[in-house]
Amino acid sequence: MLLTVRDLTKTFPGTLALDNVRLDLAAGEVHALLGENGAGKSTLIKCLTGVHARDSGHIELDGQPISPTSTHDAQELGIGTVYQEVNLLPNLTVAENLTFGRQPTRLGLVSGRRMRADAEEMLAGYGLDQVNVSRELGSYSVAVQQIVAIARAVALSGKVLILDEPTASLDARETETLFKVVRDLRERGLGIIFISHFLDQVFSLSDRLTVLRNGRHIVTEKTPETNRVELIHHMLGHELVAAEHRHAARKGGANLLSFKGVGRRGKIEPFDLDVRAGEVIGLAGLLGSGRTETADVLFGRTPADQGEATDDAGKLNLSTPRTAIAEGFGYAPEDRKTDGIVADLSVRENIALAFQARRGWANPIPQAEQKRLAEDYIRKLDIRTSSAEKAVGDLSGGNQQKVVLARWLAMNPRFLILDEPTRGIDVGAHAEILKLIGELTDQGMSILLISSEFDELIAASDRIIVVRDRHHVSQLVGEEIDTDRIINAIAARDDAERAMS
Amino acid sequence: MNARILPLYATIVIFLIAYLICYIQFPAMLSTRVVGNLLTDNAYLGIVAVGMTVVILSGGIDLSVGSVIAFSGVFVAVMLRDTDLHPLIVFALLLGITTGFGAAMGALIHGLAMPAFIVTLAGMFLARGAAYMLTIDSVPIDHAFYDVLDAYYRMPGGGRLTLIGVVMLVTVFAGMIIAHRTRFGTSVFALGGGEHTARLMGVSVGLTTVKIYAFSGFMAGLSGIVFSVYTGSGYPLATVGTELTAIATVVIGGTILTGGSGYVFGTLIGVLTMGLIQTYIVFDGSLSSWWTKIVIGLLLLLFILLQKGLLTLGQRQRSSPT
Amino acid sequence: MTPRLRRLAPQLLTLIAVIALVTAYFPSFLSVELSDGRLVGSAIDVLKRGAPVALLAVGMTLVIATRGIDLSVGAVMAICGAASAWAITSGYGLAPALAIGLGAGVLCGLWNGLLVAVFGIQPIVATLILMVGGRGIAQMITEGRILTFSHEGFAFFGAGNVLAVPTPIVIWICTGIAFGLLVRRTALGLLIESIGINRPASALAGVNARVLLIAVYVASGLCAAIAGIIVTADIRGADANNVGLWLELDAILAVVIGGTSLLGGRFSIAASLLGALIIQTIDTGILLAGFPSEFNLVIKAGLVVVILVLQSPKLSPQLSRRLKRARGTGAPRDPKEATE
Repeated sequence: MLLTVRDLTKTFPGTLALDNVRLDLAAGEVHALLGENGAGKSTLIKCLTGVHARDSGHIELDGQPISPTSTHDAQELGIGTVYQEVNLLPNLTVAENLTFGRQPTRLGLVSGRRMRADAEEMLAGYGLDQVNVSRELGSYSVAVQQIVAIARAVALSGKVLILDEPTASLDARETETLFKVVRDLRERGLGIIFISHFLDQVFSLSDRLTVLRNGRHIVTEKTPETNRVELIHHMLGHELVAAEHRHAARKGGANLLSFKGVGRRGKIEPFDLDVRAGEVIGLAGLLGSGRTETADVLFGRTPADQGEATDDAGKLNLSTPRTAIAEGFGYAPEDRKTDGIVADLSVRENIALAFQARRGWANPIPQAEQKRLAEDYIRKLDIRTSSAEKAVGDLSGGNQQKVVLARWLAMNPRFLILDEPTRGIDVGAHAEILKLIGELTDQGMSILLISSEFDELIAASDRIIVVRDRHHVSQLVGEEIDTDRIINAIAARDDAERAMS
Repeated sequence: MNARILPLYATIVIFLIAYLICYIQFPAMLSTRVVGNLLTDNAYLGIVAVGMTVVILSGGIDLSVGSVIAFSGVFVAVMLRDTDLHPLIVFALLLGITTGFGAAMGALIHGLAMPAFIVTLAGMFLARGAAYMLTIDSVPIDHAFYDVLDAYYRMPGGGRLTLIGVVMLVTVFAGMIIAHRTRFGTSVFALGGGEHTARLMGVSVGLTTVKIYAFSGFMAGLSGIVFSVYTGSGYPLATVGTELTAIATVVIGGTILTGGSGYVFGTLIGVLTMGLIQTYIVFDGSLSSWWTKIVIGLLLLLFILLQKGLLTLGQRQRSSPT
Repeated sequence: MTPRLRRLAPQLLTLIAVIALVTAYFPSFLSVELSDGRLVGSAIDVLKRGAPVALLAVGMTLVIATRGIDLSVGAVMAICGAASAWAITSGYGLAPALAIGLGAGVLCGLWNGLLVAVFGIQPIVATLILMVGGRGIAQMITEGRILTFSHEGFAFFGAGNVLAVPTPIVIWICTGIAFGLLVRRTALGLLIESIGINRPASALAGVNARVLLIAVYVASGLCAAIAGIIVTADIRGADANNVGLWLELDAILAVVIGGTSLLGGRFSIAASLLGALIIQTIDTGILLAGFPSEFNLVIKAGLVVVILVLQSPKLSPQLSRRLKRARGTGAPRDPKEATE
């Protein structure tokens, strides 16, 4: 084996990010690494590339134990990485990027001619003949930049190449070009770790695959010996005890909202969606399939460029979050640290924020009222904080999530979007949030629930919409809702997609 | 065409058009006399702007240079008055001090992870205060060696190519080599392109930051020496606000104020453009001096909008699927 | 009341220490007497001469709280002073002259705000334009001269007295209170802090960052206008070259001494005003105590470094976090922690 990882464990304050994970990589192999957000993929990569120091475990490269202390160190050892957002400098020329740190010099001065020659040599064999190495990198497409990054990583490291979601922003043709490069490198004997959440690409490119979930190693298999359904089971599975459906298909209230042909180019294909009062719509799909993109379009964060949304009263304006809020929408985003909480503000201020923004600056919520609001939700949602005046940044993840929820509940929206509301929070809080969803819908609120946990979706949703490759592909209602059907819908491929891979 | 060279072309075109307008109105402006004066009068500015260009290319800013120039002039004048040291030794001492001063600011910026803006603000106060502490008066320099430094070559047409003008041109050339032809220069551009990425690519961020501000400090010291030759004295109240003028010339020279893109040569053109505006106002006689500031402000606006436009255009091009 | 006092404690203690030090060298520093129907004394002098920086610090606090900076305030002072003086000398009368001066400040603020909020230009870059060009505009208004006038009504704003207190003192205290009430009695303060701390999250919660950004730059322009009018009225003339020269740096320093982080977030106008007073007391104290005034700049440099060390996210994450908790100020978070 070229690279062997054994019993790798890494903890961060409060979380066990990697729990005795193992991985091995042979020379001349593409090994796919799969898992949802929080599965531990990126932590594993960061331990391999020296960004994080591991707590315990062994990493061996060519039979020698290694402990890289920086990305630079990892590069020297032979492990190169290419990230989704190209980690090269767009303001430098292609040649400068390729030769950075080892530019050929004469009398202390960089020799432009030799640098270009070196760069062209490094790029040979990557099918980038049309690229002028004297131009700045930023003037080329992301695909070209991605391949330049690979060329640099290979030239610098030459043993192990880690590709971290390299195709996320590429189109089909560019992806194919990239894959050709990767296959060539495999022929040349490199070991390649390939991270992607596009299953088609995993099946098309990889020789073996490893699935991680919640920081644990789930399975390692030869790619041809597995299938999509099994794989999705491994990735999303929980323990897949046949989860009880919360309630038989609700009678459902009156039709509340209807979206016709709403979509945004490059984010989510146009879809239709009708929302009834008091129902929970689950959105199931893999990471990057269009779950969060659907929510962003509905809430005006990345406003739709086609289609229209209506209610009884007529057309809705969903062009910005502000207007969406005015239409009675609420949105608790997936990444609560960067998009949810305002860390230095107190619990009280965070809860009051959306309500206050809606009322306008000139019409402040009186302190007493804010306090009452905060105390009210601290009690109702059981937010664990020493006081309403504590900065939200000092609370635990689950309590931060509850504060974001409280912010929206204080608005009493008619349509609430919850993107992964239970990620990274403890079991108790998890159950409380699910219970809360039930109570809210009983009061007539409609909820769009996005989750990568089937148990949760099945338990909470009245119907489930499955998204795949930026399409809303199918809908399951009432009795149809079960794990197998969801997985089959996610796994199904139609001919058009087959052509792509 | 490379988008990053566009502002440089814009700079050159603006300068040429401006010169053409001047020439049409006052044919005398196309003489070696005017060109010679343009170089001499702006020598200190050109030198300090080279240092500022490197700082800005790295995504930083150095507010201390105006004070450092004043300090340098005072230091040289006082040392020559109170000691028997040869001016060259005083110069060496001074350059050591200002380079070290710059290095210390660079170390603070990196060490404290605080904005360069506020750290060099402290440097600005400190250097000006130090100049005041040496003397609060204008100290004349009358050393025989300074007559040597005042040397010039009489060009055909009667213009004077002074030594300090030549020093400025040589400095610009050296700056071009350092910024565009050395590994250090590439690291400077890398820092300006993004500190995080630069670190991933193996740039030693701390060391490079220290070197950048040391370079700027050295240039400010050299500029101070040239300024003392130009004025023949040292005065602690001199060159107040020169850091702003230097920043403006760098931007008008086509360097992006957020770093990562630009040319040292453009800065020279920026300096000459500024000098040209002033010369024009002198020739015209009826125009008032405030037009200099307004025109510079407008040029700043023009270049900042141009760069912003190029940036958004580039992003749109790249994000749209082709 | 207690949390607010605790927030102001470091600045108050510093001010008291500085005053004690100055008084030790110059015992009559704190003595105030009534002569010719007006209060005189060194302490009154500090309060009066600190007026421009205090006024600028009010607007600058709001700008810095949004993670911005306004370098143009000194130039805006010059423009507004010149505009008012021009109006007075052209015989427009007092009220129109004030309106023109204040209006010019609002326009300048609007310009900065548009560049920052609509065009998305970095604040330090956007306000640099007016910092460089603004003084030229001011000189254009005064036609390069020091535009003198003798209008007692206008001069009152710089040299007059209200109930024996010099007018500038009354004006800056009133402006500080007015802005303090404006941001704390309405929701402006909360909304400004929220966009300064986390703009994406605030936008998702429906906060209109664009309007708020424009508003803070307008506020800064308005404060600069008031400061410009005071200075112009005091010397009975508009000096476009020197009015407000380098005061933007003192104003930024005052805000930073006041514990508002340059990285945006929690702010306190009262603390910034105390910061302005600290700077002015040191300034005056050095003069009174017979030190050469050149010490002043060196002391300011030292102050900046001390504050930088206290606010640095790298040097003392624990310390700055503890300070943040204790004072409720926005000490910057550890960047690593934020991405985790």
